[in-house]
Amino acid sequence: MYYKDKSYIAGLADGIKSVAIGLKTTMRELFVKKITQQYPENRKELVMFDRFRGCLTMPHNEKNEHKCVGCGLCQNACPNDSITVTSEMVEEDGKKKKVLVRHEYNLGSCMFCNLCVLACPHNAITFDQSFENAVFDRSKLILQLNNPGSKVAEKPKPQLTPEMQAKIAAAKAAKAAKAAKETGTEGAEKSDDTPATKPARQYSPEMLAKIEAAKARKAAKEAAAKAATEQPATEQPKDVKPEETK
Amino acid sequence: MFNFSIVTDWLHTLLLSFLPEWATVLTESVLVAVVIISLAAIFAMVLIYMERKVCAFFQCRLGPNRVGKWGLLQLFADVFKMLQKEIIKMRQTDRFLHDLAPFFVITASMITIACLPWNRGAQILDFNIGVFFFLAVSSVSVVGILLAGWGSNSKYPLIGAMRSGAQIISYEISIGLTMLTVICLTGTMQISEIVEQQYVEGWNIFRGHLPMLVAFLIYMIAGNAECNRGPFDLPESESELTAGYHTEYSGMHFGYFYLAEYMNLFISAGLATTVFLGGWAPLHIVGLDGFNQVMDYIPGAVWFVGKALFVVFLFMWERWTLPRLRIDHILTLEWKYLMPISMLNLVVMALVVAFGLHF
Repeated sequence: MYYKDKSYIAGLADGIKSVAIGLKTTMRELFVKKITQQYPENRKELVMFDRFRGCLTMPHNEKNEHKCVGCGLCQNACPNDSITVTSEMVEEDGKKKKVLVRHEYNLGSCMFCNLCVLACPHNAITFDQSFENAVFDRSKLILQLNNPGSKVAEKPKPQLTPEMQAKIAAAKAAKAAKAAKETGTEGAEKSDDTPATKPARQYSPEMLAKIEAAKARKAAKEAAAKAATEQPATEQPKDVKPEETK
Repeated sequence: MFNFSIVTDWLHTLLLSFLPEWATVLTESVLVAVVIISLAAIFAMVLIYMERKVCAFFQCRLGPNRVGKWGLLQLFADVFKMLQKEIIKMRQTDRFLHDLAPFFVITASMITIACLPWNRGAQILDFNIGVFFFLAVSSVSVVGILLAGWGSNSKYPLIGAMRSGAQIISYEISIGLTMLTVICLTGTMQISEIVEQQYVEGWNIFRGHLPMLVAFLIYMIAGNAECNRGPFDLPESESELTAGYHTEYSGMHFGYFYLAEYMNLFISAGLATTVFLGGWAPLHIVGLDGFNQVMDYIPGAVWFVGKALFVVFLFMWERWTLPRLRIDHILTLEWKYLMPISMLNLVVMALVVAFGLHF
């Protein structure tokens, strides 16, 4: 309305224009579908948003296996001492192993800070979207998260991620190329633009990276085909990072 | 169009037939007062409900919908709650002024609502300086607000009251100038005549075309400021002053302020309807006689209330769109923009009338 950097008339016109835009916006808003959730009526179809933190849970798979190894990091991370992890040492094939007995969670003192979920190295615990958590007795708020009779899921061996594999394969390919160059055959001339000799005049860094990646992928494919016998199909367990837990 | 004065004349003669003159006048006055008070209460309630719903819809919400069908009984629940509340008495306040203030505000609203032309012949106060009287009386509410701020002996009400005083007195100028623009066209200040003229010649906003449209827009801004509403609600800006001039009021005393706010809203809309949109005059389109006849069958009261509620909707649209202005912005808007524009507009209107350029 009152612009020092504008003349009187320009400021007035600008003010009228901005008011008109505002009025148009609210008039449009008047006719859009209302977003109000009418809770008790719609509890059947009400879905909370993904990041809502309802109650801490430990997902179990269909074989009644969870991912908790009983390390107790969540208990340490909890600012309110809402989590108590009880574990015991068992000997298995001559190896000592920690096994979860009871993962106790007190919903009543939880402040839903998500620190336990972030602390967990195995993504064993997560918050669900339930919100009707009221009970008549405080003792009912103390929950055991691991199902009775459940055990820890056999963790697959840490697999190399595709990128890492690609990198290794690329290194391998480079080595092979170098070796081929050293042998000095004509055919090897073609494959001799290794990244080392690449700083080419007209290629931008992005293009360079792209080319390199493509090459690496190709090399990875070759390497994979070569090593198909010793490497089983990967199921990429480790590139799901904590922020994607839910 | 049905002339409501048939009913009032019949009542007058009926009362005169068995009562002396003074008793007749007294009875009629009481009846009129009852009618005004109930009309005011009804319209304030309708407007509060409307405000809540319109505000909710502008904000993508549903608004009250739990008490009664579509929340229709919400308002009665609120009124009962307010009636039950204790009227607190504070030490070190000016008790007399503190208790008097709400009545000033509500009285001003009651008198101005009596000026509105509800139908042909259905107007309580009607004399030759109608618009002028209307403006004069509506200013009395400023006194009430200032008294409320002063009598409360508390800093927030006082700041709120001072802001309100500055604001209302400033915007009164714009309103006065827009009214002058209208009077320039109509040639009369009597409200019934202004409406009658619009019934014959067409609504003022069409008759006066461009200058009248500008006057209407200025009135839409200044009217909102007069009611302490919308972007101009800083006399009671809740984020800074708790509730402004009515911070220290509770129970029905607060209720009076609340009621008066919505009555003033209706009155502002009613005045806009009267002078710009033809009051109770139905919509007539030149050349469509059949259409005009059909429009004439709709009672004038329906026209008036319908148009007034439409203007109320415009006020609400404005209120729920714009953010609250700062006090210096408010005064800048009035003194540097609205007042010069309305003065210029008055000159344009005078030229239009002088050269007969209106319809």
